[in-house]
Amino acid sequence: MSAVAEAAAAKRPVSRSRVLRRSPVGRFLIKVPFWLLIAAIFIYALFPFYWAIRSAFTPDSEQFTTPVKYWPANPTWANFKEVFSTSTFQHALINSTIVAGAVTLISLAIGSLAAYALGRFRFRGRSGVLYLMLSMTIFPQIAILGALYTIITGIQIHIWFISFTTPDIYDTRWALIFSYMIFTLPFTVWVLTSFMRGLPGDLEEAAYVDGATPLQVFYKVLLPLILPGLVTTGLLAFIAAWNEYLYALSFIQTPQNYTVPLSITSFVGKSGSTFQVPWGQIMAATVIVTLPLIAAVLILQRRILAGLTAGAVKG
Amino acid sequence: MLLIPALLVVALVAIYPLGKTIYYSFTNQEFLQGIEPTKWVGLENYRTLWHDTIFRNAVWETIKFTLITVAFEFVLGMIIALVVNSSFKGRGAMRAVMLVPWAIPTVVAAQMWKWMFDDVYGVINDAGVRLHILSHSHAWISEPSTALASVCAVDIWKTTPFVALLLLAGLQVIPSDLYEAASVDGASKLQQFWRITLPLLLPAILVALIFRTLDALRVFDVFYVFFGNRPDTQTMAIYAQSTIVGDGHVGYGSAISVAIFLIIAVFVIIYVTATRVAGDE
Repeated sequence: MSAVAEAAAAKRPVSRSRVLRRSPVGRFLIKVPFWLLIAAIFIYALFPFYWAIRSAFTPDSEQFTTPVKYWPANPTWANFKEVFSTSTFQHALINSTIVAGAVTLISLAIGSLAAYALGRFRFRGRSGVLYLMLSMTIFPQIAILGALYTIITGIQIHIWFISFTTPDIYDTRWALIFSYMIFTLPFTVWVLTSFMRGLPGDLEEAAYVDGATPLQVFYKVLLPLILPGLVTTGLLAFIAAWNEYLYALSFIQTPQNYTVPLSITSFVGKSGSTFQVPWGQIMAATVIVTLPLIAAVLILQRRILAGLTAGAVKG
Repeated sequence: MLLIPALLVVALVAIYPLGKTIYYSFTNQEFLQGIEPTKWVGLENYRTLWHDTIFRNAVWETIKFTLITVAFEFVLGMIIALVVNSSFKGRGAMRAVMLVPWAIPTVVAAQMWKWMFDDVYGVINDAGVRLHILSHSHAWISEPSTALASVCAVDIWKTTPFVALLLLAGLQVIPSDLYEAASVDGASKLQQFWRITLPLLLPAILVALIFRTLDALRVFDVFYVFFGNRPDTQTMAIYAQSTIVGDGHVGYGSAISVAIFLIIAVFVIIYVTATRVAGDE
């Protein structure tokens, strides 16, 4: 709307728009479409959340009636209580926390070592490794689903004269921790490398002069310096693992082992009614799952922006 | 030395499975072994795939989805980035609000919208009828004519803020004296946008487009939550997943995966060439 208005304003003769801009009323008139646009963006971005919250607090007797009520007349915690008492959802919260937490910690541990090498040393094949990591971050996960599927159920491996069978980890958390590495690790390496590169070299040199080994430099000098970077990257990796759906859907079968996205899509409610989807409870579940993410994002928003742009724009 | 763990993991979870997938695509591998011994079938899977109408439909569906969402996300993201870039009160709040849809799980976003799209109790039907935009309620998700549009709406809602943030990061490095000089010379706002903003923003635009296109081509979550395996609305990724996991045809499914990989690679090559050309100018 307003983009059109602005374009029209720009085409108008210069004198008229200048007159408009000088008088206070005119200035106000120019501002109105701008604020309307901002209001529209706010509503567009936030309305679905409002609707989820409103539906979570609306009792079923009001939920499934027409005309639709825009504000719950009798707000209730019943949906939240139902959701929390469902064992699948309880398990899902625990499973997702363990999987996403483990994936994040492993990626950070391995990734920061690799980033140290890539960001602070020059060696042959360095840019090759960097390009490999970058290409991995845009790797389509579906491309290796078939092979991962057979690997996870256990395969025979022959290396020279050693021959063994890998364990069957299908339908366990291990399957997810293993397969999520494919998108968290390359991303972690890439972003942490850009953080490592940004550090000044003086402190490191001073530590070497004092007789520190490269590993000591890494632990005592560099790690504390890139702590903000670690937090950001860790959070982004955690979110990615927490939100993953394709592998979870493919490798997990038992409801006890479901992750949060799986449990939210297969929610039938405690009563198990097949006639009406329990939307109130589903919305309560989405609110529960979303709140911690929103809190984390709002607290760390500046850092996340820095991390995202380091990961994307510098590519 | 420090790189060894990272390289080992990447080799184990990415390169080895990729090689194995390519190998499987030339075999008749089944998930439940013992039904039939696995054997090398050469190009047979690919020949079947070439004539597979379900796959063709899935490719077409995915490409339509990609074109629609990327176009909308780019235009809307650009408008939002320009608005947020101009200074006004509450700009910080605005930026925080923009991050929120990006952070929530796609599955959660899909469920929220699925409920809003509900044919009987959905708020979109209700508001549409009340505001006289709609004459009657629609079954947005199950009607084939609106099914694709309804998934696109979810994706556009969820990822436009991300595009806007990438573009915003690009906008903020454009020095403001350029605009001052231009307005002294009498250039209109629109001229400034075409002559200064767009050319200088080109790298950020390309990055945003690449990320979004590659993401859209492998779309799975939203479609799966909305339609399950419904055949008329399958994407490439859903067809591959249901062939491998649902039917257990690892060999044929791997051929589909490899085909997806190649299609995405074509897009990458197009974009990389575009970036090079843009960089040379």
